[in-house]
This record gives sequence, structure tokens and C-alpha cells, in this order.
Amino acid sequence: MQTALTILLDGLVYASYLFIVSVGLTIVFGVMKILNVAHGGFYAWGAYSAAYAIGLASELGFPDWFGFILIGLSSALVGVVLGLLIERAILRKLYEHEEVIIILATFGLFLILEDLILIVFGVNPYFAYQPMVFLGSVELGGIFRDVYSLTLVGLAALVALACWYALNRTKWGKILTTVIHDREISLAIGINVNAVFVWTFVASATLGALGGAYISPTVSVAPGIGIDVIVLSFAVVVIGGMGSIPGALIGALMVGVLRAVAVHKFPEFELFVIFAVMAAVLMVRPEGLFAPAKARRI
Amino acid sequence: MRDNMFGNGLRVVALGAVAGVTALASPSPADTSFKVAVVSFLTGPAAGPFGVPGRNGAELVIDAINGGTMPAPYETAGFGGLQLEAIFADESGGNAKQVAEYRNLVEKQGVDAVLGYISSGSCMSVAPVAEELQTLTVMSVCGTPRLFEGSDWNYTFRTQAHAVGDSVAAALYIRDQLGDVSSYSGINQNYAWGQDSWKFFDIAMQKLSPESRASDNPQFPKLFAGQYGTEISTLLLEDSELVHSSFWDGDIEAFVLQASVRGFFDKKKFISVAGASAIDNLGKRFPTGTVIGTRGEFGIIVRNQEGELNEWFINAYRERYGVYPLESSYQYAQSVLALKAAMDKAAAESGEVPNTDRIIGAMTGLDFVSIAGDVSFALGNGHQAIHPVSYGVTAWDDGKDEPTVVDVRVYPANCILPPAGQLSEDWLEAGMPGSDC
Repeated sequence: MQTALTILLDGLVYASYLFIVSVGLTIVFGVMKILNVAHGGFYAWGAYSAAYAIGLASELGFPDWFGFILIGLSSALVGVVLGLLIERAILRKLYEHEEVIIILATFGLFLILEDLILIVFGVNPYFAYQPMVFLGSVELGGIFRDVYSLTLVGLAALVALACWYALNRTKWGKILTTVIHDREISLAIGINVNAVFVWTFVASATLGALGGAYISPTVSVAPGIGIDVIVLSFAVVVIGGMGSIPGALIGALMVGVLRAVAVHKFPEFELFVIFAVMAAVLMVRPEGLFAPAKARRI
Repeated sequence: MRDNMFGNGLRVVALGAVAGVTALASPSPADTSFKVAVVSFLTGPAAGPFGVPGRNGAELVIDAINGGTMPAPYETAGFGGLQLEAIFADESGGNAKQVAEYRNLVEKQGVDAVLGYISSGSCMSVAPVAEELQTLTVMSVCGTPRLFEGSDWNYTFRTQAHAVGDSVAAALYIRDQLGDVSSYSGINQNYAWGQDSWKFFDIAMQKLSPESRASDNPQFPKLFAGQYGTEISTLLLEDSELVHSSFWDGDIEAFVLQASVRGFFDKKKFISVAGASAIDNLGKRFPTGTVIGTRGEFGIIVRNQEGELNEWFINAYRERYGVYPLESSYQYAQSVLALKAAMDKAAAESGEVPNTDRIIGAMTGLDFVSIAGDVSFALGNGHQAIHPVSYGVTAWDDGKDEPTVVDVRVYPANCILPPAGQLSEDWLEAGMPGSDC
């Protein structure tokens, strides 16, 4: 019972992490049909900006809880600045090109964002543990858990709820759904598709940055931090169905819980499990578990 | 007047003759320098804790030797009379990229030798290419014993003792300093270094502390995974008294941060065989009471060790780079010193500018003085170095307000490494016969 509870909690925490970093990726694919490799760059910039800001605030004597505010501000700043800049200056010029060209462009952008990190922040690691230490630990299932990681579950639930509400209960969500289903019809009925693209990309970049910023207190923020994230995010998004937010949620939960089972019971299969799930899902449903239905064009 | 003219003419001829002979005898500019590529991680997660400190250690010692400002026994300027010209290359990008980069360094950039490499994967990939291109290659950090066990390299040397020494010294320290440990587990990265480190430590523990029981569920997260919450839960649920880890780079820092908040270090004894770089980076966040090793007499473990060369190195490094030299700074400096010792020896023996064959001849089986201890090329037909390995326990020095390591024990090379000609795993399984502790 103790082990089962621990596996469940570990799985939920890891799934929350996966969902937060992959939801932005799936939103951009759903709306813009772009497989955005630069998403890992937003994650890395979010992590670096938050770690830098939290470290500076700590040196200046701000209380540890102030780190939570800085995480939010850093994510928003990175998302708006990088998202706007990249969509306006680069992606906009590529929409008429084949998808493979856009993928290559986002890969190039990812490398540029990584190198810019080296130029701006250098190679030495940054630490921002203050918010994690501030929340301390709690005993659950016979072992201590850090409260900060548990708040990740709450944040993921909040992000999922916000996405559901925005898509299903707002005018903006209805416009977005229309663009997802058919870009040409959307244009024909007067929807400003370009504006939808801009704000979708900014929202996605902000979510990617939020993932990095929220994780930064728990890790050593060092060069290359965004590389593994993009691989894991792709796996989750492919499992759930590219472009599906519920798919990302279910994909993250499947990977998170099964990985936790593997680590506790068969640690040598930890990495294998993630990609085994992906392979199994693709064999049964090549479009992923929750891929949005596509209208047949005549 | 006539005599005077004759005399002046004779002097001109004589001076001209001397100048001509001198010009013929002196090496051309190309002959006065020896071009070496220094390869380390300059980007990626290993750059901060390993790559850049390693590069800096090499650069500092190369500049000091070129300028003749090193303390004895390296006070003579130059390397066998030559100035060493260093170019720095990045080890990031994987093994295939390293092979391509090695060819580029040798064939296009025309380096005379290559020095460095941190990853065991890089070393294993590059060694066959070094043979093919007949280029002297001095490896600095990588730990796999397989580099010279089963392969007979002529152009490749390694100045760092291999991983078996780290693991045996770790098991000895636990027996000597911690006493009876009822059970142990491990968290190691899931690649050659992590797997080997756990395997050698496990065998050494079985031989040295047979009453101690190994976990049947040691953890092997992916390299650079970053998130260890599930692994920490698993280790906390186990009854293992001690946890072994060969984590390095940002992984050890992330693990320590995540585990500290969960009270891990209050419940478990922890031994880190290669994570010393995190002590300086994390400061007071790194738990005191952790058993720590630096794979030799390197870094924080010899920070307070007396000795002219060590004190010079620490002071010169701090003056130039503003921080203490780390483990890899010492390891790269050790490779440069091996090159210096071999090139000086080759020049002295032949009376000529040393070439690759003479340097290899001089380096094979060489004994030389490193920054904080002695090193011998005693294994791998004189190409694999051995040296002592130290372990200690982390503490906080209130006087200096900085971390330190106490209760340091030094294990000599012939105690912790197999004799020449024996495979490491066979030697360990046989109970380490001939070990002289």
C-alpha cells in the first residue's frame, strides 16, 4: 500500500511536469500545424530567467516566497518577448512553405536560443532553490516529500482547467477551434487568422517558459537544459495525439505513472518505458490517442 | 688602412658565416612551437563543472611552462625547448562528432598532439583514430578501464587512473572510516561510466565488507535527467544504510537539491565518487557528512595540502579565474605536466627537438610529479597512469566560511588498482590479489 501510494504520487508529479512542458507544443501544432522544436528553447530561457531573477532577489534580501512571483513574471516576459519576436520576424514568412521547412527553421531557432543562453548567462550553473526550501517537506506514505513538487500537480491542474475553459467557454476559444478545423474557412468568415497565430504562439511560448521557470528551483540550471525536454514532450504529444490538449494530459499521465512503476520495480527499464508506450500507441493508433478529427476534403 | 679594410671584411665574412650556421641550426618558427589541441566540454551541461575548469587548468599550466614561471620541478621554460601552442576544442556533440572533430584537428588544423577528453565515450571513440592518424593523444579524465584492457594503443596515453581505483578506494574508505554498513544501494547514470562505477563498487564491497548486503534495486536514471523525485522515493523506501553515486555535472547538483529538502541525507549515508564540483557550486546547500572523492589527489580534497606546486596552482588559478581549481582543473594540468616531463626527457636523451616517436618513447612507463602527488604510467604497457585516490568527508570551515573536506585518507595506487597484465573485473572477482594497502 505504501509503495502503491508512493508510485501514484511520483507518477502524478512527473506527469504534471510532462504536461506543463508539452501542452504548449501541442497547442501550436493544433492551431498552426507547426512542430515547434524551438519549444525547448522557451523552456530553457524560462528556467534561466527565473533562476537569475530568484538568485538576484535572494542576494538583494527579498523573502524566499517572492520567488513565486518572479517565476510568473519571468515566464510571461520570456513568452511575450520571444514568442512575439519569433512569430513576427521569422515564422510569419514561412507559413506558405512546406511543413518540413518550418520544422528545420524551428530547429535552427532552437540552436540559436541555446547559443544565446551561453552568450548571456555563460556556462556556469544557476541555482534558485529558495522557493523549494521555503515550502519545505511533508510526510506522505511514510516518506518525506517536498511540497514544491506537489504544487506542480496543482499548477498542471490549473493549466489544464484554464485551457479547457478558454477553449470551451470563451469567444476566443471558439475562434481558435474554427481555425484548428479549417484555416481557409476561418479567413472566409472574417477571422483574423494572423492574430490568432500570434497569440497562440505567444501563449505556447509562455507555457514552455513556465515549465522551465517552475522547474528551475529543483535543478541545476545549466546549458543544454532544454534538449531532453523537447524529446520527452514530443513523446507525450505523439502518444496523446498531436494537437490535442486532453491527449497531452492523458499521454503525460500514462508516461508519468508507468515510468514511476518502472523506477520502483524495474529501474533498468525507466527510459525504455516512455518510448515503449509511444511505440505501442502508434502501432494501434498511428494518429495518437486523441488526435482531433480531420474533415475530409473533396 | 688596407689592413683595416681586410680586417673589417674578414669580420663581415666571419659574422656572416656564424649567422648562416646559426640560422641553419635554429629551428624555423614552425619548429619552435608544438601545436596541441585541448579538448573539453565548452558547451552543454558538463561545461561548467568539468569542461571549462579543465580547459582553464590546462591553459594556466601551459602558459606558466611556456613562460618559465612554474615552480620546480617544471621551472625550465618550454616543452623540450619548444613553446606549446594550444588551441581549444569542444567535446560536446557525441562520439561521432568527436571522431570527425579529431580528424579536423589533425588533418586540417595540423596539431602535433591532442590532449583532454572527459567522457569515456569520447576516449573509446577517439583512440582508434589516433592510431590511424599516428597522433600523440593524452587523455585526461575519462574513467573506463576498457580503454587499455583488451586494446594495445601506441599513440594514446591516459594520465587519469581508471574507475576501478575510485571504486576500490570508496569501498576501503567505507570499511575503514564508517565501520559496518549493513546494506547499500546506488544511484548512477545509465551509461558506461555509471554502470561500471556501480559494478566495481559493488564487487569491491562484496570482497571488503562481505557482511554488507547490496540492494537488488539500484537506480540508473538517464544521463542529464534532472528530475530524480521518483528515484529518491525508491531509495527512501529501501532499508539501505548507504547510497553510492557516481553522478557528476549538473546531475549531482539537482539530486542534492531535491534530496536535501526530503531529508534524504539525514536518513542515509551518502558516498559521491565524482561529485565534488557540486560542493563549491552549492556551498552550504551541499550536505556535510557526505563521503566524497575526486578520483585522485585533486580539487577540494587537496585544497589545504601543503606543497609548493599545489599552493602555486591554487593561488595562480584563483588569481586568474577568480575561483578555486576543481577536480578537472587538476586532471587537465596533470596531462600537460606529463607532456612537459616526456618532452623534456625526449629532448635531453636525443639532444634534438622532440618528435612524436621520441615523445612516445619518453612517456611510456614514465614517472612524473603532478600538482599534488606522483603519477606513474604503470599499466597498459606503460600508457595508462596510476596514482593514489583520496576520500574524505564534507564539512563547513567556519573560519574561512567555505566548504572543506576532513578525515581524508589516501589510498596508494598499488592498493586500489590491478597489477599490470590483469583485467580489472577478474582482479576484483578474485579478491584483489597482490593489493598492497
